[in-house]
This record gives sequence, C-alpha cells and structure tokens, in this order.
Amino acid sequence: MQVKDAAMSPEHLAYLRSLRRKRRNIAAARVLLLVALLLLWEVGANLGWVNPFITSQPSGIVRTIANLYRDGELFRHIGVTVYETVVGFTLGTLLGTAIAVVLWWWEGLAKVLEPYLVVLNSLPKISLGPIIIVWIGSGSAAIIVMALLVSVVVTILGVYSGFGQVHPDRIKLLRSFGASKGQILLKAILPGSIPTVVSALKINVGLSWVGVIVGEFLVSKAGLGYLAVYGGQVFRLNLVMTSVIILAIAAALMYQAVVFLEKLFTRWQQ
Amino acid sequence: MGVPLVQVRDIAMKYHSPEGEILALDGVTLDVDKGDFISVVGPSGCGKSTLLNIIAGLVRPTRGVVTIDGRPVEGVSSLVGYMPQTDQLFEWRTVWKNAILGLEVQNKLTAEKKEFVQSLLARYGLWEFRNAFPRQLSGGMRQRAALIRTLATDPQILLLDEAFSALDYQTRLVVSDEVKDIIVQERKTAILVTHDIAEAISMADKVAVLTRRPGRIKAVHDIVLTCAERTPIKCREAPEFRDYFNAIWKELDIHAG
Repeated sequence: MQVKDAAMSPEHLAYLRSLRRKRRNIAAARVLLLVALLLLWEVGANLGWVNPFITSQPSGIVRTIANLYRDGELFRHIGVTVYETVVGFTLGTLLGTAIAVVLWWWEGLAKVLEPYLVVLNSLPKISLGPIIIVWIGSGSAAIIVMALLVSVVVTILGVYSGFGQVHPDRIKLLRSFGASKGQILLKAILPGSIPTVVSALKINVGLSWVGVIVGEFLVSKAGLGYLAVYGGQVFRLNLVMTSVIILAIAAALMYQAVVFLEKLFTRWQQ
Repeated sequence: MGVPLVQVRDIAMKYHSPEGEILALDGVTLDVDKGDFISVVGPSGCGKSTLLNIIAGLVRPTRGVVTIDGRPVEGVSSLVGYMPQTDQLFEWRTVWKNAILGLEVQNKLTAEKKEFVQSLLARYGLWEFRNAFPRQLSGGMRQRAALIRTLATDPQILLLDEAFSALDYQTRLVVSDEVKDIIVQERKTAILVTHDIAEAISMADKVAVLTRRPGRIKAVHDIVLTCAERTPIKCREAPEFRDYFNAIWKELDIHAG
C-alpha cells in the first residue's frame, strides 16, 4: 500500500489514511485495555483494595509461571492438556463424520436413530464423566473419550445435514454418468461437505477443551485442568489463575490453527 | 432418415405422496430424428422435466417405453448426456477436472479421451482456463464448461433440462447462441425442455407443446425461419417468429392469475 501512488485521487488517499488511523486506534485501545486491567489488578492487590490471597495478582502469576518453567512442569502440563484436546477433537470429528457417512448411506438407519441423536445432543455429555471413569479408568484415555463424546454428536448432526444440502441436480448429473452410490459419496458428497466438516472442527475445538478440562477436574495427575483444581484445593490462587490464562492462550492459538486449516482446505472458495 | 433415434411411446408417470397421487404425464408419444434439435415447451408443472428424466433413464415411467437407437431405455446410458438446470460445476475442481468428471466416473479416462477433452476445451475457448476454478469464470464460460463436461463422454443425445433458466436474460441469449452452435458443430441430437417459448422456437428445428398436467403432446411444430444466420439471437428477428410464438402461446392456454 503505497501512499504516494499517482493513480489515486487525494480523496481516496485521505480515505485510506483515515482507515489506517482507525485500525491503529483500535489496536492501541485493545493493548491499552489489557495493560490497564493488569495494572489495576496489580496495584489494587498491592494496596489492599482486593485480597491477593483470593484474587491472585499478575506479578504472582508471572512468578508461578517462572517457577513451573524452572521445575520443568510448565510444558509437561500444557503438553498433556493440548495432546488430550487435539486427539479428542480430531477423533470426535473423524468419528462423527464417519457416522454421518453411515447414516447417509442407510437412510432408514438415520430415520430410526434420529430421536436418539436428538436426545444425546441435548444431554450434557459431561454428566457421562463418572460412567466413563468407571469403564475406562482414570487416565488420559478417559479424558480423551470425554473430549470425543462432547464433540461427536454435534458433528454427526452437523455433517449429516451438510450432506443433505448437496444439490439434488448434482447427484442427478453424476447418476446420468452412471455413477455408483460410492462414487456419488466420494466425488460430490464428501468433497462438497469439506466446508461443513471444517466448521464442525471449529466448534469441536471449543467443545473438546470443555471435555478435557472437566475430565482433568475429575481424574488425572497432570494437565492445566489438574493444576487449576489442585491450586483451588490448596488455596494457591496464583496457580489457578496461571492455568486459566495459559488455557485461554492455548485455546485461542488452537482455534487460529483450525482457521488456517480451513483456509487451506477451501482455497477454491477464494 | 429411417427409424427415429429416440422414440417415446405412450409414456405415463404417476407420483405418489401421502397427500395423494399425481398423474404428471399421460400418454406422451414423440419421435426425435438423429441430428434434430427439438424443444419441449409446456406450462410449469406439466411434467416436462419428468419426461426428460425418463428419456435419460434416471426415472422409470409408470407406463410406456422409450427406445434409443432401437433399444429400450432401462437405466442410464452413455448414449445420453444430461444437462441439469444449473451448471453444477464442482467448485473444488478446476475446469479441466470438471470436464473429465464423466470420464472419471465411467473409468474411461484414457490418453485418447483426454486428448478429445483437450480439443473440446481448445475449440470452445476454455483451454487457457483449464486450471481456473468455476467461481473465476463468467456465466457463459461456466455453461460452456458444463456442456463440454457432457460432451466429454461423447453421447449422441443431449438432454437440456431448462439448462439456461438460472442465467440472467442477456447471458442467456448469448449462452443459447453458443450452446446451439456447439451442438450443431458436434452433430449432436438435442432435446431442450423449457417454459420459455421464444427460447424454444429460436433454438430448435421442432417445438413440441405439452398440455397442462397430466402432460400430453398437444402439437409439434416444424420451425422454419428465414434469417441470414441460423443463430438463436438472429432468428428471433425472422418474420415467421411471431406467428410461431402466437400459435404456441395459444396452445399453451396460459391464464394469468
């Protein structure tokens, strides 16, 4: 974006300048807001406006992170939680898509299972936690299953309805070429549903975090959810806040990664 | 000319739904000679698309037979190429990949066939766009790409199901010129189903008029137009055009409201 482009009229240049100014102001305000909140928190805790024992404070959080890092614990906990989440939502999305394919193939089965899926979809999957722990035991596997369960039903419903949105003329066209059902699936239904699957992935990232963290609350000896619960039990609020903040950053980064994947898979849309 | 390429004999079609049954077609009989371009016009809901689906072998009629090249239609056949209402190019496939879709499905993607598709793309101005995605093409180019996809499997008969109805008026005129030109050049037989009387007359050698539901053939007109260039747009200015239009309009018996 060159400002001194001869082809642009002065009005257009002024417009572009004001656009840039606006963007800059918004970015500055965002940073300022964060800094102000952190400052207020830190100063408030130091001056005794709030009790740092129950509210924690930024300097304490930084210290906690540094300590965890020194003990080599920081990346272990982050690693465990991120691993469980990634595996959970990937499996949830793949399994959900696979089941949607099965339902598409056997429409009668889809009709039979419809009310069950509706009930399962409205059930808070977290409530299955105790059952999963009894069945699978208290380890990473149970947590991954939680994350998977939270996302799988919504994926089935979303992707299956995505399959239904493929234009009937498209299927007719393939049939006129003599396409088999499998060819219709592979050539039109699945590739046409990639945007639907990716948007399911976007929802599933968030849902899987919920599954993993609750799972870690219930069982586990490592992970950010474990740190938060442990910190709460021993009243070390610095530890609780630290895990929440790291969680927020990790979740945001993972979401961005999925957005990047979406761009990659739907290049033909741009 | 001998035996007609397509013979439609006493076709009837019933649709069933919980609300009851609908007789969409009742006793349709029609001949299409090799190399003919025939339009089928009818009021909306008269079953003209159903007729096309039956000829394509996509739907089985309740009664009657269609024969193509002497053989009864019992399913889809590679003799027939079907063009749906909208171009239905696959957005994630390039023009080239779209063009070879049919060959891919039929497992016939030989070097020789590839060359044939290449020559089609080149002849109709899409070769430079072979790596473009459909959304990068104009409406007219998309329609040409869709036509080439159908021609790629080298069918003898093209079935056009209101193939231009999704386009805006100007594009539609240009596209019907192009499509007609391509079909003539490739020496194909074509059946065009449309509700647009002017389109039907301007493109075809024959116009069959269907009645309201249950659809029956009411009349078949041989279209003879005196115009210097036999292109759909020019033919709209032929002196006989109005007469055909008025005759067919009367036969369609359309009431407003």
